[in-house]
Amino acid sequence: MSLRERLASGSFAVTAEISPPRGASTSKITETAAQLKDWVDAVNVTDNQGSNVRLASWAGSLAVQRAGLDPVMQMTCRDRNRIALQSDLLGACALGIRNILVMTGDHPKFGDHPEAKPVFDLDSAQLLWTLRTMRDQHVLLSGRKLDPAPDCFLGAVENPFAPPVPFRAERLGKKVAAGAQFVQTQFVFDVPAFARWMAQVRDLGLHERCAVLAGVGAVRSVKALDYMRNHVPGVDVPDGTYQRLRAVPPEKTAAEGVKLAAEIIQQVSEIPGVSGVHLLVAGNERAVPDILEGAGIRTTRGADGR
Amino acid sequence: MTAASPVPVHPRLSARVAYRVQRVLRPTAGYRWLSARIEAAGPVRALFTGAERQTKEALFGCRMCGQCTLPVTGYVCPMGCPKELRNGPCGGVSADGSCEVYPDRRCVWVEAYDRAAQAGRAADLRLLHRPIDHRRWGQSSWLNYWQGRDDDLWTGEP
Repeated sequence: MSLRERLASGSFAVTAEISPPRGASTSKITETAAQLKDWVDAVNVTDNQGSNVRLASWAGSLAVQRAGLDPVMQMTCRDRNRIALQSDLLGACALGIRNILVMTGDHPKFGDHPEAKPVFDLDSAQLLWTLRTMRDQHVLLSGRKLDPAPDCFLGAVENPFAPPVPFRAERLGKKVAAGAQFVQTQFVFDVPAFARWMAQVRDLGLHERCAVLAGVGAVRSVKALDYMRNHVPGVDVPDGTYQRLRAVPPEKTAAEGVKLAAEIIQQVSEIPGVSGVHLLVAGNERAVPDILEGAGIRTTRGADGR
Repeated sequence: MTAASPVPVHPRLSARVAYRVQRVLRPTAGYRWLSARIEAAGPVRALFTGAERQTKEALFGCRMCGQCTLPVTGYVCPMGCPKELRNGPCGGVSADGSCEVYPDRRCVWVEAYDRAAQAGRAADLRLLHRPIDHRRWGQSSWLNYWQGRDDDLWTGEP
């Protein structure tokens, strides 16, 4: 079942994330996709995440698809102008990659080529709008006709916790108006804050037009948590979570991280309007079965617990 | 796009005064006539554009994109955002409201939201801004505005 079909069916969706390698091979991606295949509905393939050069997201997505899993191709506005972005959508759709996740992208300052030119020709709302117009109106941003038009399922991201917090649901509203059909959020650690954002999302009626997948990650070590807290822009780790993970002995941090992720999944799945979860576990894909079993979402290999 | 990289700038003009000035500058037949005359005369146009650059640079850190959003962004220039985002903040804004790229500066969209909300203009931030025309960098946005070339910059219904 594809992500689009899963969300249309109304049952709880699960997506995960794969970071392509720094090298000219997709074998690791194929291996990870095979591990995740029976557990998740789709897997994101990141686009030079953190502004670090990796194998292209379209190529990684193709490898995921060949491994029998539905890929979500991430597309950032950081590295390509409107000509390249539109061309990449046509290429991806021609290869059968349907799910496109649009995001602004990290600034080059944070990556391995800080001296690079930041492109940002379009922003994420404008890119969604462009892609939707290509699909629905069969035209490019220039107005020129497309034949055939691409068939795609458009996703966006949102960070419910970053200032200006009161504007975050409306910001999603702009993306939905522009074309977003599903949204994956930043890491949810603070469930009450997420619930407040969801209440605004429901007030705006956005959950009826756009499936909301809550971002959930499993913390592997205190070091990783510290890094996330101090070096990953936009990640909010509340003090309570931080203390809880620090309180356990180092060899048990990973298990506690899995337990915490499972609890968060249970809690967010109770919030009205939440369609699923997005597991932010790149590099830690092996934790996926434990997290999902712990949450009671999927109990045996491939079986749907709901 | 221009030589200088975008840096978030705190406006020197209060939102209240800016909205008031804007009321006086709205396109009228008079401004349309005047702006056409200014555009027709090369040196006058250069002088006028230079004056606009100086004024708006001092007040808002204007970078002369030539397609001004200030009236609907709480009079905070979004082109000071290191990602030049015209449709709202990225997800990397720090918990204290500072920019992820320039941690000593406030995110332009945090500032824009505050100023617009205080002036009762928060609804402006829902407007969807079209991609900009990069050929217009360096042009006078006042002339473009009075000539009606800015009418399509944003929309409420995409």
